[in-house]
Amino acid sequence: MAGQTETFTTGGGRAADLTAENYRFLQEHLYKASGIILEPDRNHLLEVRLLPLLREQKLVSLNDLCALLRATRDPVVSRHVVEAMTTNETLFFRDAHPFQALKNELLPALVELHKDTRKLSFWSAACATGQEAYSLSILLLEMGLADWNVQILGTDLNQQVVEKARAARYSQLEVNRGLPAQYLVKYFTRQGQDWELKPEVKRFTRFETFDLRSSMAHLGPFDFVFCRNVLIYFDVPTKRQILEGIRGTLFRGGHLLLGSAETTIHLDNQFRPRSIGSSVFYQAP
Amino acid sequence: MAKALVVDDSKTIRNVLERTLREMGYEVRQAEDGRRALEVLESEAGEFTLALVDWNMPVMNGLEFIQAVRSDRRWAGLPLMMVTTETQIEQMRTALEAGANDYVMKPFTDDIIRDKLKLLEIWR
Repeated sequence: MAGQTETFTTGGGRAADLTAENYRFLQEHLYKASGIILEPDRNHLLEVRLLPLLREQKLVSLNDLCALLRATRDPVVSRHVVEAMTTNETLFFRDAHPFQALKNELLPALVELHKDTRKLSFWSAACATGQEAYSLSILLLEMGLADWNVQILGTDLNQQVVEKARAARYSQLEVNRGLPAQYLVKYFTRQGQDWELKPEVKRFTRFETFDLRSSMAHLGPFDFVFCRNVLIYFDVPTKRQILEGIRGTLFRGGHLLLGSAETTIHLDNQFRPRSIGSSVFYQAP
Repeated sequence: MAKALVVDDSKTIRNVLERTLREMGYEVRQAEDGRRALEVLESEAGEFTLALVDWNMPVMNGLEFIQAVRSDRRWAGLPLMMVTTETQIEQMRTALEAGANDYVMKPFTDDIIRDKLKLLEIWR
């Protein structure tokens, strides 16, 4: 075992040893299970992401992992491979600019629109560990909407990150990034070395596992959908299918926010791009 | 060019923060304690656009420095960010009430400083 640990700590050569056939096998496995396209020559990414799983399964190389998957079709190992490859880093108030636009323009407009029903609904698609949904929840509380009927649905393909999002507990490193200290002081409690969100912030949120390639007919209607830095991983037909699905979950005139490197243009021309400040939002017809 | 003041009794930390800030386009001055930092502010009055401040320092600590800065009209609008090993909510609240605009807990990474400053810039 000591030898295995040493091999993996020194690292680099193991993924390079991955056979071309096994690379294709992992590409196909990921595509079938999640729709995500693993580009050629991403051996290093495979190694970094799958190393903990190799250790857990007491395997020496990625080739061994492929052999195990082929031989057993073990659904747990299979799911862990997908989860390891689809876990995306996130942070509170990520990119800052879209949240600024939400705070100054889009949310005040929604509050005015729904002042009679006092009901707002949002979807953080591909929510990862929940920071996006909770950032929104904090913004809404800061706007004095604590007594409104607010629902923020957070979904992700990855069960592990959904569980972490539900727990609403973050490390010092995670709260240090992007979260203004006045919100940390106001909306978190210290739990040992970690920080946990107060019930009032969690109250608006609900987290579920969901595959964006599935039918979205039962979701929504939403006033606003976040789907950031996800489409980039899919092929064009899948991007189109996801955008059409999201459009169907939005209220008329509802908005979609994509990652800064993503767009609906040439994929779904029914969305209308709308620039607010430094951010672009996509408005449903 | 935007100019930042880095106040910390550790030369290593000052240099790490200076490198990050320089990469972000800041011109940087250093001070090893609050008293020295006030002298630097005095000597280049009105020119600084940011100060990153440690809490625990000899001569004058970071909290005393922030209180001194906020009580002087010349620097009322200077964005101040505390960068410290103090991680209790009460200390954080004390620093914010004294006039710190934001707070970073050590250990930090370049990304944390960059993200915080971006947010400070956009949301102020």
